[in-house]
Amino acid sequence: MAFLIGGTICLIGQLIMDLTPFSVTPSHALVGFVVGGSILSALGLYQPLINMGGAGATIPLSGFGHALTQGAIEGVKTKGMIGALSGGIEATAVGVGAAIIFGYIITIFTPQG
Amino acid sequence: MRFKRIGKQSILFNHPPKIISTASVVGPKEGEGPLKETFDLIIKDNLFGEKSWEKAESKILQEAVRIALEKVKLNREEIDLFLAGDLLNQTISANFAARQLGIPFFGLYGACATLVEGLILGSVLIDGAYAENIIAAVSSHHDTAERQFRFPREMGHQRPVTAQWTVTGAGAIILAKGEKGPRITGATVGKVVDFGIKDQNDMGSAMAPAAADTIIRNFRDTNTGPDDFDLIVTGDLALIGKTLAQQLIEREGYILGDKFTDCGLLIYDPVQDTHAGGSGCGCSAVVTCGYLLDSMKSGKYKKIMLVGTGALLSPLSILQGESIPGIAHAVVIENFI
Amino acid sequence: MVYKNSRLDSTRAQSSQPNQEQEYQKMVNKLKPNPPYLRNALAAFSVGGFICALAQASINLFLQLGLTTHDAGTATVVLMILMGALLTGLGIYDDLGKFAGAGSIIPITGFANVIVASALEWKREGYIFGVAAKMFTIAGPVLVYGIITSALIAIIILFWG
Repeated sequence: MAFLIGGTICLIGQLIMDLTPFSVTPSHALVGFVVGGSILSALGLYQPLINMGGAGATIPLSGFGHALTQGAIEGVKTKGMIGALSGGIEATAVGVGAAIIFGYIITIFTPQG
Repeated sequence: MRFKRIGKQSILFNHPPKIISTASVVGPKEGEGPLKETFDLIIKDNLFGEKSWEKAESKILQEAVRIALEKVKLNREEIDLFLAGDLLNQTISANFAARQLGIPFFGLYGACATLVEGLILGSVLIDGAYAENIIAAVSSHHDTAERQFRFPREMGHQRPVTAQWTVTGAGAIILAKGEKGPRITGATVGKVVDFGIKDQNDMGSAMAPAAADTIIRNFRDTNTGPDDFDLIVTGDLALIGKTLAQQLIEREGYILGDKFTDCGLLIYDPVQDTHAGGSGCGCSAVVTCGYLLDSMKSGKYKKIMLVGTGALLSPLSILQGESIPGIAHAVVIENFI
Repeated sequence: MVYKNSRLDSTRAQSSQPNQEQEYQKMVNKLKPNPPYLRNALAAFSVGGFICALAQASINLFLQLGLTTHDAGTATVVLMILMGALLTGLGIYDDLGKFAGAGSIIPITGFANVIVASALEWKREGYIFGVAAKMFTIAGPVLVYGIITSALIAIIILFWG
């Protein structure tokens, strides 16, 4: 199931990149998926996708948007206004921290060109 | 003295300068292409023993100059002027090559039309007796261009179908007085032409109108036509741009037929997965220094028009929504027997 | 005289005539090849699906090791980022991306890829203005827009939810 849901989300991304007249770069695609995931999550539409597809819905970047939104909503509920600012970052801190630290360590390699 | 200017934008030289020596250095991918036999040196990896791609590009350029000098047993001291350029910000490859060479230097920027720009200026200076020996040289490097204009090299993404592959390579041409052999008899200086193309992954389409404009201008100024040439070759219009330029020229009544080709199409084999074809300063340079001038010396072509084509964009101008202006300069090269 | 007939109109001004630009754009569009839609779609679907299936297997493994659902998910994200980073460093992820397109960009491994690729690329310009400053040139917008969107949503919910 993870395969189907994850594959379908990526397929949508590919179609957006291939079918739009202006070249949508990977940056645009990533931003679009995070924002899209956030909004779907707020509308309560993303959790069912995760219940169904597990990692198939959490691993695509839209899942990252979902985590941000749920974190922010959770933060607002517990801490009020301050929580809106901290909640999303708290919920995704592990991922961002991992990306920065691994990214830094990986510079022991050299780009191959 | 006869006035050397003809028509609106063209020049005819009184004493056409001779191309006395050429050299081409290319990267591994170009070295696997259909023209591999025509290159002087094929480097084994894109770093060429240097610490960065930028340093490698500058070294490739120096190497091309060194080989060109060696072929005619000239010293650097005997060269009056070094006209060079490349694609990098502030043309660092050419600047740093000039630092090593110690030859009086003008840095040029005409994007991928820089080689022809250098050839025209060099020819003018030699014909005007301001210099005896001049080197015109350019370089480009796939990795330096990708990182400046597009994405980091290790990022996983698909290149659009219209994208062109920047050639890793450098070409150097030495001009001097001479009688027999390939000589630059005329030139046309192009105008910047912009038909509003904004897609930086489709530079051939952006440059095609400039190429067409310059080629038509040369025909009109010199009162010639496609029949007067054995070959008309553009720099790096690649698959789509070449077809567009041909359509634009033929609309004006000049039928080019199969006399029209493009260095970007010659340099790679379609199986090399470069999409539309090659691009970069090095593209027209290594094809000219190798295949084209070899073919002239062997008598296959007697008179060709070489049209350097450049896309005058910058990463900033693209982000600011500017369209891509194109430029094209032409030189007419004739073989004197 | 040579310059007698030259006019002051620039070539840009000539071509700014919208008709000419539109007509040329039509000529270009006619010649532009289409991307191989089906091949790209299949590759994106299968590689994207495969990466997610791999992540699911990792979640299942962590669950069996006794982690909570939340922790298993978090640990898997870390593992996937590590994998994306490592494959980038080894020079494999760019080839994967060329084959799979969105299939390898959209998963979190792709997020790791753009960060690591940027960091690696700028290694030669030093570790402050190079690696560290350029690390988020491509991934940064993701964080900016993700955080802005989620904060806005939370505030809307706080006041009107």
